[in-house]
Amino acid sequence: MEAGRALGDVRTWGPLLFFQMRRLGVDSVPIAVFIAVFTGIVLALLSSYIFTGAVPLYFVGALVGKTVMMELGPVLTGMALAGRVGANIAAELGTMKVTEQVDALETLAYDKYSYLVVPRVLAATLMFPVVTAFAMAVGVTAGWITAINLLDLSTPEFLKGLRMFYQFKDIWFGLVKSASFGAAVALMGCLRGLGSEGGAQGVGAATTRAVVLGCEAILVLDAFWALVLL
Amino acid sequence: MIALDDVYKSFGAKRVLRGVTLQVPDGENTVIIGRSGSGKSVTLKLIVGLLEPDAGQVTVDGAVVQHLDREALTELRGRIGFVFQFAALFDSMTVADNIRLGLARRAVPGDEIERRVGESLAVVGLEGSEAKYPAELSGGMRKRVGIARAVALRPRYILYDEPTTGLDPVTSADMNELMVKTRDLGVTGVVVTHDMRSAYAVGDRIAMLHDGAIRQVGTPAELQATDDPVVRQFIEGRPDERTAV
Repeated sequence: MEAGRALGDVRTWGPLLFFQMRRLGVDSVPIAVFIAVFTGIVLALLSSYIFTGAVPLYFVGALVGKTVMMELGPVLTGMALAGRVGANIAAELGTMKVTEQVDALETLAYDKYSYLVVPRVLAATLMFPVVTAFAMAVGVTAGWITAINLLDLSTPEFLKGLRMFYQFKDIWFGLVKSASFGAAVALMGCLRGLGSEGGAQGVGAATTRAVVLGCEAILVLDAFWALVLL
Repeated sequence: MIALDDVYKSFGAKRVLRGVTLQVPDGENTVIIGRSGSGKSVTLKLIVGLLEPDAGQVTVDGAVVQHLDREALTELRGRIGFVFQFAALFDSMTVADNIRLGLARRAVPGDEIERRVGESLAVVGLEGSEAKYPAELSGGMRKRVGIARAVALRPRYILYDEPTTGLDPVTSADMNELMVKTRDLGVTGVVVTHDMRSAYAVGDRIAMLHDGAIRQVGTPAELQATDDPVVRQFIEGRPDERTAV
């Protein structure tokens, strides 16, 4: 509720938003790309293993595309970012809390939700879909390169499978999910960080809890969006 | 004027303040002394609205702090500078940015901000430290930056939480001088400390907090002449009888 009220304080969070978008979003691209490359490779090999002798091999393209865009792209990227972004936020705000920097901020007449929470939650909500979009593109590309190099499949066959079941909804479904994952991960990080007590041990506990809660929130939201949008 | 009237504050089962009543006259340094854990820092946080009392009221310039809405509390905090025990500098920012932050919030024009950054660093003797990060500073320098951050806002009141704790005697003396200098500039100070040398050096009045209430208030001379055994034990730094060897 406090974070919702702070949303109106654009003068405070506005100038901080782009910095957080870069820090939480752009800087997370390498880990997302790393995960997407290996997800694409494994999916291509797995689907070939499952389909051989039963289903035409061009279905590899369909499975790689659908799975990367609708499920593994958003969820695996979300999980990785729950670790990177959620832990980063919780540890930073937790340290600020136990060293009285949050109190100092308030004595300087800043609202802690406007200054610390809103820019992080907004940045994660806006940037998770961008990072996920990168991951989707890289995952499908990795699957395609694997298919033409390691499987008995040509580029036109892979693309045939990819196009066969493709709907525009596949992409926006994944991106909507990832935006909600971003909001949840950042919110958990902020709340656990600002709730830190004690010293290093308290910050460590808050960070661990933020990552666990972020991952749990991703799985719950994943099921929620599947129920609502599919 | 700052006034605490019959203030109570507990944290769970721990009853920290049990009826604190204290007036802080304008233009003076009022020092609050007391043993560790006696609620001195809690008292400061109640004044600036970082904590709310369970009962009683804290008033600043006639306004009851716990009844202020967010906007009024923000406005009140604009009149109060707070120097934290461990400085609480923002470690991701340079010294200059730490000082600029509060000024920017008050919509002070850019050139005026730069002037005040330079001025406040000069007051604490840290000219040329603008580009340094808190991690590059010693404990005493950090505390001085904390004071510079508070002074730059030109507040009506400054609350100092253990300003000399952990500092060597020379740096402590520097800090005391700074607090007196700030008082002479017309700023009302509330200094929380258990360093009696500092209390005598900066305090116009000293209040002793004991068992959750103010035990005695008086000038340094009055406190030094007191017959109260609890106050005497504290100011003379004598051990508890049960722990004395």
